[in-house]
Amino acid sequence: MVEVFRDAWIIARKDLTIEFRTRSAFLSAVVFALLGIVIFYFAWDSSAVSAVDLAPGVLWVIFTFSALLGMHRSFGVEQPDRGIDGLLASPVARESIFLGKAIANLIFVLAVQAIAIPAVGLFYGLPLGDVALPLAGIATMAAIGLVAVGTLFSAMAVNTRLAELLLPMLSLPFFVPVVIPAAQATAKLMSGRPVGEAGPWLKLLLAFDIVFVVACTLAYPFTLEE
Amino acid sequence: MLSRSFGRRKAVDGITLTINSGEILALFGPNGAGKTTLLRLLAGLLKPTAGTAQIGGVSLPGGPSVRRRIGIVSHHTLLYEAFTARENVEFAARLYRVKNFRQESARALERMHILDRADTPVRALSRGLRQRVSVARATVHQPEVILADEPFTGLDILGATALSGLLESLRVSGATIVVVTHNLEEGLSLSTHAAIMDKGRIAELSQTSMIDRQIFADRYRQIVTTSG
Repeated sequence: MVEVFRDAWIIARKDLTIEFRTRSAFLSAVVFALLGIVIFYFAWDSSAVSAVDLAPGVLWVIFTFSALLGMHRSFGVEQPDRGIDGLLASPVARESIFLGKAIANLIFVLAVQAIAIPAVGLFYGLPLGDVALPLAGIATMAAIGLVAVGTLFSAMAVNTRLAELLLPMLSLPFFVPVVIPAAQATAKLMSGRPVGEAGPWLKLLLAFDIVFVVACTLAYPFTLEE
Repeated sequence: MLSRSFGRRKAVDGITLTINSGEILALFGPNGAGKTTLLRLLAGLLKPTAGTAQIGGVSLPGGPSVRRRIGIVSHHTLLYEAFTARENVEFAARLYRVKNFRQESARALERMHILDRADTPVRALSRGLRQRVSVARATVHQPEVILADEPFTGLDILGATALSGLLESLRVSGATIVVVTHNLEEGLSLSTHAAIMDKGRIAELSQTSMIDRQIFADRYRQIVTTSG
């Protein structure tokens, strides 16, 4: 088990190093997130909907789609010289490849969130200081579920001609069980309710995280059969 | 009797082949004969539709302990362009749990005469130099079985000589090697056995020392002509 995570970390570090050097997907995701926040801001009628009611929805729409940008790149970096064949021919367990990709994607999504959450607070005039920590916790929990599903479907879609279309089409229905509790818990926090009130949503989120991480890790080897 | 089909097409059609430790098999054949598919089956990158394979006593395709004993040179380089040559080889060495992976990676690059360009990003290297890095990557863990698909592609005379020398030294140390190539002269000069594949089957198999090169070349030409 230790070896599975050790190999996963080697692969995650490789992906993060490549992303750090090229910065292609991260810049796209951050720009996309900030543009999304700005567009929602200008489309917002503050007399009809309060900032507290709108902001959770804005956050999770942005997280969902910017995460997809990162996940599309996840197996895309393996394509030009078939690096994936090198991974598959190596003694590394298939699960390590999946977990390595997922860990890299998780760090990617968390980095985008770290920029997008303060940006939402700034644009919508929400004092997020008091809820920053629990909000970061919810964002992390939701990111784990999104990344597990997105990484699996990225692996499935990468060899198809319509990968850019197929990844969101496959992933988005499975994102729903993660996004709903995350958005609900975020709304409770932003409206100043005690953290305890978000408890049931957080339990649901945790349950989906566990199910998705386990199911997607076990399912990944089957996506490799040609 | 190893077989692999894609839909109705049989890419590898019931191949039975024995390659012992310390032998190099040169595999020739026209385009689409099934050579690459056979190599991918042996490397565990494809699952056979039927049958199993053994090379040098190693059952293929196998789990991690079997894959650790195999090195593959594909006609893709399997390298990451954003990494340097050294980083690519060290990454592979770590996946194969090579002890002293830094020194061993440097040694593998040295064997292919590319150590002086080790810190150059792969994207800045020519096709031939990338191929040298690719060979270093495939052999950094001193594999017992080497599966090489067109390994001489793009190599200049220095690279080709280094590769031939490396394959020969690995053979002498007991490795089992399969080399797919279209270059008869090159393949026959480094191999102990030679085979011609056609339509997913082994059409010809001989010990290289017993081969009359002219007859073998004529037979190869005939197969390529009739296959096309």
